[in-house]
Amino acid sequence: MHIADFTFYTFAIILVTAALFVVVARNPVHSVLWLILCFIQAAGFFVLLGAEFVAFLLVIVYVGAVAVLFLFVVMMLDVDFAELKAEMAKYVPLAGLIGVVLMMQLVLAFGTWEFSDGVEARLASPTPPLDEVHNTQALGLLLYDQYFLLFQLSGLILLVAMIGAILLTLRHRQDIKRQDVVAQMMRDPAKAMELKDVKPGQGL
Amino acid sequence: MTIGLEHYLTVAAALFVIGIFGIFLNRKNVIIILMSIELMLLAVNINLVAFSFFLGDLTGQVFTLFVLTVAAAEAAIGLAILVCFFRNRGTIAVEDVNVMKG
Repeated sequence: MHIADFTFYTFAIILVTAALFVVVARNPVHSVLWLILCFIQAAGFFVLLGAEFVAFLLVIVYVGAVAVLFLFVVMMLDVDFAELKAEMAKYVPLAGLIGVVLMMQLVLAFGTWEFSDGVEARLASPTPPLDEVHNTQALGLLLYDQYFLLFQLSGLILLVAMIGAILLTLRHRQDIKRQDVVAQMMRDPAKAMELKDVKPGQGL
Repeated sequence: MTIGLEHYLTVAAALFVIGIFGIFLNRKNVIIILMSIELMLLAVNINLVAFSFFLGDLTGQVFTLFVLTVAAAEAAIGLAILVCFFRNRGTIAVEDVNVMKG
């Protein structure tokens, strides 16, 4: 067995197992950790396929940002997850049936795949030879040239997502005491204290 | 037997099906549903990169970047809605999401 084949099967088995554990794990924190393992295995796939830039992007963006965001939310919300999981067994037959049928259909459709004749002539942007332009550079040339509009639009999507997330989660609580800076600075020392002359034997 | 396109497509199909399986299995837990959607998007990414490699066309990798962007934005917005919903209702069970009577 070739070493690349062995690597592929290792990545594939760990990937599918980790994905299964993501959906069946009792504890959502464990689910997030399995999800991180999934992403790392997929990054290994991408390295095998010669897409180094996307592989490292997957590790940085997914593992570094998205998975940590999930972990943060899971730990922040005070939810009784055991209660949510209690009815899980009820759905197993239906979910398993749908999964098996869908898997069979996908394997029937993609089990044997052949490219048509003369497909090389119709490629949108053929990969340049690796000894001339490496993967990251080739992707950059393509992204900033041919797909520049889409690149800008995806930046816009991220901006909208950022503003939306801030807008949804930011709240100004009225029921707590806050520091009022203006009131502090406009305070008049002469009026701050009042001297009272208390006569003996009398209260105020 | 060398590893061909079919191998990658099969693994991606398995990942996609596990994502759908997870959505049906965790009908109440929105966090796991969001994670299942991430798994499905990952399967799409594997498909795109595999086709890109075996076809010798870089466009697949460019579109993987866009799918990654949309997935990140979707996770951020989804989790923000989740936090908002939890503050208002004190639970994250999706079956309770019927305020708008949709």
